[in-house]
Amino acid sequence: MRMIKALAAIVAMIFIAACSNEQQAAAPATTTVTPGSVADFRQNVGDRVFFDTDQSTIREDGRQTLNRQAEWLKKYGNYQITVEGHCDERGTREYNLALGERRANAARQYLVAQGIPAARIKTISYGKERPDPVGSDEAAWARNRRAVTALQ
Amino acid sequence: MNTRFDMMLPRRQTILGGVALAAGAAVPAHAQLTIDMTKPSFEPVPIAIVDFKGDKVGADIAGVVRNDLQNSGLFRSISPSAFIQQNIDPNAPPRFPDWRGIGAAGVVVGQVTQSGGNIKVDFRLWDVVVGQQATGLSFTSQPDKWRRLAHIIADAIYKRVTGEEGYFDTRVAYVAETGPLGNRVKRIAIMDQDGFNARYITDGKTIALTPRFSPTLQEIVYMAYGENNAPPRVYLQNVESNRRELLGNFPGMSFAPRFSPDGTKVVMSISADGNTDIYEMDLRGRALRRLTSGPAIDTSPCYSNDGTQIVFNSDRGGTQQLYVMGAGGGGERRISFGTGRYATPVWSPRGDFIAFTKIAGDGFGIGVMRSDGSGERMLANGFLVEGPTWAPNGRVLAFFRQQPNSGGRAGSVTLHQIDITGRFERQMPTQTDASDPAWSPLIPQ
Repeated sequence: MRMIKALAAIVAMIFIAACSNEQQAAAPATTTVTPGSVADFRQNVGDRVFFDTDQSTIREDGRQTLNRQAEWLKKYGNYQITVEGHCDERGTREYNLALGERRANAARQYLVAQGIPAARIKTISYGKERPDPVGSDEAAWARNRRAVTALQ
Repeated sequence: MNTRFDMMLPRRQTILGGVALAAGAAVPAHAQLTIDMTKPSFEPVPIAIVDFKGDKVGADIAGVVRNDLQNSGLFRSISPSAFIQQNIDPNAPPRFPDWRGIGAAGVVVGQVTQSGGNIKVDFRLWDVVVGQQATGLSFTSQPDKWRRLAHIIADAIYKRVTGEEGYFDTRVAYVAETGPLGNRVKRIAIMDQDGFNARYITDGKTIALTPRFSPTLQEIVYMAYGENNAPPRVYLQNVESNRRELLGNFPGMSFAPRFSPDGTKVVMSISADGNTDIYEMDLRGRALRRLTSGPAIDTSPCYSNDGTQIVFNSDRGGTQQLYVMGAGGGGERRISFGTGRYATPVWSPRGDFIAFTKIAGDGFGIGVMRSDGSGERMLANGFLVEGPTWAPNGRVLAFFRQQPNSGGRAGSVTLHQIDITGRFERQMPTQTDASDPAWSPLIPQ
């Protein structure tokens, strides 16, 4: 489903691009997002960080993402935050619930250390129950070992 | 579907007057009506189950018995189309040469009679090899419980032939899965062991996982997410009234519940600040007792069959391994030492083995080891196999298999059973994709 949506979006963009070429005068086909919106957070900050197999240590790429998240969250203080911990499918269900909790907590602690009040951040683990993307190869598993900062 | 099974209680009595006959022809050496299951390999017992007489449901009962015995792998049900003797009298000895002629070691005959609003079912198992009755029993129940009667008869035959308790008059709780993986609906369902009478006991609004039966089958414990991003919690639910209650209102996640063998306690994991430990709740006073501590993940606890010990998995040594401790906590010792990660330990109801999931290399496996960690043996392997559960006789296990996802689509997830020897794996029929099987004890009669 997600794949179909993504394909539809790509097709739509190609279509728009084709129209632009024909009409010449049309504005560049970039989407604008409202600063401070959820879309802004996802597209321009990055809502997720990734982990190595069976690990919950925040990697260097994850620290950069979380630093950006902390800056943004300080600027837009109206959001409550839930950090969702997830795992790839290469573990058992119950253990992965605990591992996802660890990952969510690791991201939460990092954000708190950057100055986000602990009271603003809840955590929840989805273990391997909510894969994104759906796939059974190393690339999909690497994207699934994640902590996602969701805004409310 | 709020059937109360204490209303039906199949009554059981031995049929008297089973006449022992002298064996006629020479006994063929290849077929016997017993199985020595201590031998590493044995042939399935060829058995002929004749449609029961007296009522239309008699043929249905015979069909369920055939299916149960055949599915165990220990029996070969001979097709009724091969039967030579027709119109067999359920109260008289069969013509043994006719049954020897088609290779049967045993013949099952029976009859159904109406009895004051109930049905009465008599059956006899004839030992064709020695030419005498091996067992004969009579059961009475409500007419709509005929499937249970059939399972009870199959259990009696299984026990007479193998010397071990049967497991056909049981249920399996599981997680029914529907919808795309990214937004999967996961509901708890309960079915008869053979896949019939499936019904949902959670509504699917939130993800529910890991159902486990109480010793009486009256209740299950499971984990379910709350609404609006509330963390998973453990619930205790009556399977007949569907009334459910939260077991402990903890700020963090609680999960991985299991009953103690006497049903008075539930052991589970509780997470706080990213750390997961094992706790025990006494159901009589709801008192909570912490059994493990430290920064490791301690989860998937399961009591020993006698309730004195708990096996669980922990990553305290660096990777996920199996540990055993006293039921009140303490004395923790590692029991798994092979290559790979070990998870979801489940103590056999007989006490002799612990079944587990093992993750090694590119694959998953289901295996068993003795409770001291010795004698490890793998029974099933695959891309993803997980979550063993024991049939009540400790001889058969169920688990689930997931096929790889491909092209953004979910691979199938199915329940399977397998003999403790690693033979006779078969898929258990379910209406939807299914995971997390929990095999019930025998249904109280």
